[in-house]
Amino acid sequence: MKARVFITLKNGVLDPQGKAIGHALNGLGFASVGEVRQGKVIDLELAGSDAEKARTELKAMCEKLLANTVIEKYEIELK
Amino acid sequence: MKSAVIVFPASNCDRDAKVALTQMTGKAPAMVWHQDSELPDVDLVVLPGGFSYGDYLRCGAMASQSAVMKSVKAHADKGGMVLGVCNGFQVLTESHMLPGALMRNAALKFVCKPVGLEVQETQSGFTRKYENAQRVTFPVAHGEGSYFADEDTLDRLEGENRVAFRYAKGENPNGSARDIAGILSEKRNVLGLMPHPERVVDDVLGGTDGRALFQSLIEALS
Repeated sequence: MKARVFITLKNGVLDPQGKAIGHALNGLGFASVGEVRQGKVIDLELAGSDAEKARTELKAMCEKLLANTVIEKYEIELK
Repeated sequence: MKSAVIVFPASNCDRDAKVALTQMTGKAPAMVWHQDSELPDVDLVVLPGGFSYGDYLRCGAMASQSAVMKSVKAHADKGGMVLGVCNGFQVLTESHMLPGALMRNAALKFVCKPVGLEVQETQSGFTRKYENAQRVTFPVAHGEGSYFADEDTLDRLEGENRVAFRYAKGENPNGSARDIAGILSEKRNVLGLMPHPERVVDDVLGGTDGRALFQSLIEALS
């Protein structure tokens, strides 16, 4: 089974990288770009086919290592 | 005072810490590899600066999961002193031994320079030899040192007098919330800070403002 985990900064947490990307896009002439926030995507391959079990396990992985829940939130996608 | 310095792959201030501890305490610290699950019998554990595990995933995230950190936590739970400098501070927040997180510097640049600090709290085993509100200069060298915590946590840290060091007015190099440079744990036996006290214990290295931190530890642990 394949999974994709999206890790993004929580609302209200300052994202200077996102801001710099936004400025750069404006500088390239993309005037429509407002606020930009960046994050991470992690692709994982998992043994087994039990989606519910995988989701529980992925949640534990996010809480323990993949995300720092002080500043980040995560979303899990199973494929 | 017996001390140990934890060495992670890509720690790079472990030897600075060793030199400073040897000079200040007269005894060389035990250098403990991150895969060792046992700590020697010591009073103080130092988590040094550097780029442990290449800063993969997040600074300090991988190191916080290493075998030795269980023993470091157990040492702190028993009331043992732990000092985390720079990457060591990041490891302490990632290990939830200190609240908050250290994020990319607000200006997105690595900063490497001496910075003015104010000692905010002298009631601790790390800071008792400083004067209240004493101004000191320590070097900083980091790309991810912007201290972040939610407002309630920041209020609690201030209310419990756990902000040990603050960047002096106008000198905040990284956008840290409320100019926070270093914080104490609830039991006040763990200190994490981004600036490097171990780099200012000898005039040859450009300053001696860090000496009082080690003198505090020596006095507290004797």
